[in-house]
Amino acid sequence: MLITLAQAVVNGLLIGGIYALVSIGVTLIFGVVKVVNFAQGEFVMLGMYVSFFLATRLGMDPIVSLVVSVPVLFVLGMLLQHYLIRRVLGLGDMPQIFLTFALSLLMMNVALMAFSANYRTIQTAYSNLALHFGGLYVPVPKLIAFAVAMGLSALLWVFLKTTDLGKAMRAAAQNYDVAMLMGINPDRVFAVAVGIAIALAGAAGSLLMAFYPAYPMVGQVFVLMAFVAVVLGTLGNVTGALIAGLMMGVAESLGIQFVGADSGMIVVFVMFLVTLMIRPNGLFGGWAR
Amino acid sequence: MLKLSSVTASYGAVPAVSEVSIDVGEGEAVGLLGANGAGKSTVLRAISGLVKVTGGSIDFFGTELTRLPAHRVTALGIAHVPEGRQVFPELTVKENLEIGAYIPSARADRARTLELVFSIFPVLAERRDQLAGTMSGGEQQMLAVGRGLMLKPRLLMLDEPSLGLAPVMADATFEKVQEIHAMGTAILLVEQNVSRALSLVDRAYVVESGRVILQGSSAELANNRQVQTAYLGL
Repeated sequence: MLITLAQAVVNGLLIGGIYALVSIGVTLIFGVVKVVNFAQGEFVMLGMYVSFFLATRLGMDPIVSLVVSVPVLFVLGMLLQHYLIRRVLGLGDMPQIFLTFALSLLMMNVALMAFSANYRTIQTAYSNLALHFGGLYVPVPKLIAFAVAMGLSALLWVFLKTTDLGKAMRAAAQNYDVAMLMGINPDRVFAVAVGIAIALAGAAGSLLMAFYPAYPMVGQVFVLMAFVAVVLGTLGNVTGALIAGLMMGVAESLGIQFVGADSGMIVVFVMFLVTLMIRPNGLFGGWAR
Repeated sequence: MLKLSSVTASYGAVPAVSEVSIDVGEGEAVGLLGANGAGKSTVLRAISGLVKVTGGSIDFFGTELTRLPAHRVTALGIAHVPEGRQVFPELTVKENLEIGAYIPSARADRARTLELVFSIFPVLAERRDQLAGTMSGGEQQMLAVGRGLMLKPRLLMLDEPSLGLAPVMADATFEKVQEIHAMGTAILLVEQNVSRALSLVDRAYVVESGRVILQGSSAELANNRQVQTAYLGL
């Protein structure tokens, strides 16, 4: 019983690392630019296909292909901010929702046309390897994905805490007008913030490709988890999104283990609703009054 | 140094200030006085580019400011300490001050300016690792002024620095502003508390309903019958 519980927690944490990466991206864009990016999952999908084609055409390992997917998606994110999101800022919620929702639909359907609806998987030398710790079973591809996801989250934390650009980003998130009074160029800070967020989605995609199938709608699985994690961890809070992402992985895994194979999401949403009843602004947003 | 000529600025269709002409010389302390809602803050926001100027011109050392975005105005050496302090609540005191020196020219001297600000405001040195949002109103005001100084500004614009502070904290803030002015920084001070402001500035403009209705040296204004009845309660 205890070992089953521990195994469920481990499984949950391993996939939770991916949820955390996607969630951090969503919360970063919301916190800094104040836009909800409904297309975040589609950038995960794009990252997966980048790694899939690099693996099948050039034989590149999906983890190694991070060095391609992360910079490519970073640039895509900057372009997304500069050419699309920037134009709808200050026009109210509706244009922003339509923009990112339309982008999501467009990307899924273009992917459907270009790549077909087939599930694509790749085999690596370590695809079927696993470590065993006193009865616990830890698949190597998921362990690598988790470790890299945590490493990237730590890098982002260091960037936000120690660099001038990172501090400027936090300042702009807290007070846009006063950030400009400090000489911070909001266009530049916003472009970098969206670039980082989209790069994290791409990284999540590349990491997933080692153990998860790519298909045009795959982003929807992760974006739903990300939105719950972002609210659970308090909107705009990067550390909150990280912790909530991991918690949701564990909750889902416990649900699958102890409630039923297709009941993972039930446990996730029960945890979500109970948390919001006690702390309506999420884990880091103060207690209910 | 700074010269506003017939500046009109509006929020939407309603003009908040009309035909305002003021100037500030190098090293001078100038007041912009008047009641709440008279348009004083809008003048500062027009200078720093936070509100759209619809008429007139603003010249700062030969550069026209009216078309510049706010961050470019700051880069010219104009520090705007906004009304209600508006420190970054989730950044530490030290991080707030570092952000004050974000523009490259100020960043180069950041360590030295930080020491200067800490010597003027010892409380900020004591609280350097505390989150700004957890400090008292008076301490946050000191931080907001200190953050403005980090720019090494040629002009420091202060919007209601005594607002919402206990009288003793307001006095302390004004003493610090006096100290900063004595070091040679030009100051443009917006204040509702006219008697306190007149004790600090060299000269001042009185603003009513978005227009400058009076101007003169501090002594002239303090003895002006209209100012005495309307603002000094004499």
